[in-house]
Amino acid sequence: MSAREEILGRIRRAVAEAPEAPEAGIPRAYRTAVPCDDLAGLLAERIADYRAIVHVVPVALVPARLAELAAGKRIAVPDGLPAEWAGPAREAADAVLTDPARDELGAADAVLTGCAVAIAVTGTIVLDAGPGQGRRELTLVPDHHLCVVRADQIVAGVPEAIARLTPDAPLTWISGPSATSDIELDRVEGVHGPRTLEVVIAI
Amino acid sequence: MSGAGRGRGSVTFIGMPRSFRENAAEAMQDAQLGRNLRKATHTIRGKRARVVEELPDWAELREAGRAVKDHTLRHLDRYLLQLEEAVTRAGGHVHWAADADEANRIVTELVRATGESDVVKVKSMVTQEIGLNEHLAAHGITAYETDLAELIVQLGDDWPSHILVPAIHRNRTEIREIFRDRMAAWGRPAPEGLSDEPAALAEAARLHLRERFLSSKVAISGANFMIAETGTMVVVESEGNGRMCLTLPETLISVVGIEKVLPTWRDLEVFLQLLPRSSTGERMNPYTSMWTGATEGQRFHLVLLDNGRTGVLADEVGRQALRCIRCSACLNVCPVYERAGGHAYGSVYPGPIGAILTPQLRGMGSELDNSLPYASSLCGACLEVCPVAIDIPEVLVELRARARHPRSERMAMRAAGWLLADQARLSRAQRLAVRLRRLIPRRLPGPASAWTDTRDLPEIPEESFRDWWERS
Ligand code: SF4
Repeated sequence: MSAREEILGRIRRAVAEAPEAPEAGIPRAYRTAVPCDDLAGLLAERIADYRAIVHVVPVALVPARLAELAAGKRIAVPDGLPAEWAGPAREAADAVLTDPARDELGAADAVLTGCAVAIAVTGTIVLDAGPGQGRRELTLVPDHHLCVVRADQIVAGVPEAIARLTPDAPLTWISGPSATSDIELDRVEGVHGPRTLEVVIAI
Repeated sequence: MSGAGRGRGSVTFIGMPRSFRENAAEAMQDAQLGRNLRKATHTIRGKRARVVEELPDWAELREAGRAVKDHTLRHLDRYLLQLEEAVTRAGGHVHWAADADEANRIVTELVRATGESDVVKVKSMVTQEIGLNEHLAAHGITAYETDLAELIVQLGDDWPSHILVPAIHRNRTEIREIFRDRMAAWGRPAPEGLSDEPAALAEAARLHLRERFLSSKVAISGANFMIAETGTMVVVESEGNGRMCLTLPETLISVVGIEKVLPTWRDLEVFLQLLPRSSTGERMNPYTSMWTGATEGQRFHLVLLDNGRTGVLADEVGRQALRCIRCSACLNVCPVYERAGGHAYGSVYPGPIGAILTPQLRGMGSELDNSLPYASSLCGACLEVCPVAIDIPEVLVELRARARHPRSERMAMRAAGWLLADQARLSRAQRLAVRLRRLIPRRLPGPASAWTDTRDLPEIPEESFRDWWERS
């Protein structure tokens, strides 16, 4: 008998006498929508709690702010990054690496991306490898991740985010910079992921 | 290292004294360990309480989490088959392993097929449960742990002592020594003049592993959740070593216990709220990776592991232990864990969850596993914080009834719980202990003597029992 048949058989015997636990009986009385009148404000506050850098910037001023932030850096950008973000970064940066291969990634000081969804309550940005976000390694290897969030991408809580996302493409949920508390429980920002997370919220 | 208990492979910590009581008594003599543990458990406990407090619907989330898990376990066969189909449809390969030996064999063959002899690993309790690293080593394959704490444990030739912070028994000076002495043997040496600042030590780990991440062709992970409906795997982490391992290598092998499956994508809206807040006490952990099948050109293998889980599932009282999402909240509130430390439990699963899971997974054949159900004062704090409402005290009592155990052990454990639970009786015991100290110098009176008889009371002559207990 294969391990598969053996395990399935054991499971069926194990639960044969167990009480029913129907799907319809799962109580979902928790909040699936959280009321919030200032999504961008809450998101900014919660991301800052993780010791990430946050800028809340009117949409019209985002290009200028991105130019400032990109100045003097070697910036990696994914394909499909909106021209109004990529353009100013391109002009101000020392060099721009568009959708770089892995061996070029190490040369980037920072990576500039958009995101798919942001969750205000938890201070989380979610990337889904869509346009302007790139392959997963793009936002992992460079030491500085610069991420632009549009106001319409912000939801209040985790259930609203799950409802907007599908897992067909790989998802990366990011809540602050890479961190560890493994040594005497002292929090240290920056282990293997980007040590600096900088989020521009366009309102 | 890997022994067979009723046809299951499992790893028992080597060099362990026989019973939990003896292990605990030894740990209690280590004052440094005691301070580290107390600081860790109390800090995380406080953070957890604050972020749980923030959610007005915590009780409802917890109830949903419990019910989703119970429903899934009741129909586990159906959901595993659905998962298998979804993963396969997405280009992944699914393997089934009835026990540790089979899982180790499958993984070894998969690694061999790549022609590689090095693999990078994301922290995974299940691969520790089955002794995968040791098995790979015996077949000429080196597994490199990449989580900072697991790296400390691996370089120090040591065992994890906490689910979330496995190296919490080590202080910064010890960690610096381990890095200085051992890193070179495993790859890039520690930087010259390494200080014992946590930031410097984390930087040393970053440098040590960076090249390895970029060059490794094979990674091995576990998973926190698997979604049957979509075939999606979920890994929750903090450092980014998980993202490195999951993203960069050409081949990814995930070894996951069969109880980790959830029916639907939507179920994550519950568990991604329950887990981070219960575990690290954050609103969300820094990184969560989700992928479905073969992703971005990677080959993906999923090894579904039983290794005693179906035995637990058959137990009408004990099966609730399979709801566990390994958050470690129960460790952080447990007065016995705080004093005994993680190693005393003699398994990869320490604390209250270990006390009910290990004897069920391994059977109660050994002295150690037989004594684990007594590693509790039955105070109930674990049940209160458990995000999936596992009634750990209920399972402990049930397992105690089944344990073949000397009466003195039962009495001793009960006495320890009784002493911890009741302040008034505790202070009476203190006074009595101090008074009797000169008369019976090496033992505490009554049933507590069995619990304390490896303690050398005269070493701490003028202390009350409570101070001694607190300090130990
Ligand atoms: S038993 Fe509950 S509290 Fe303990 S680790 Fe498991 S889920 Fe967390």
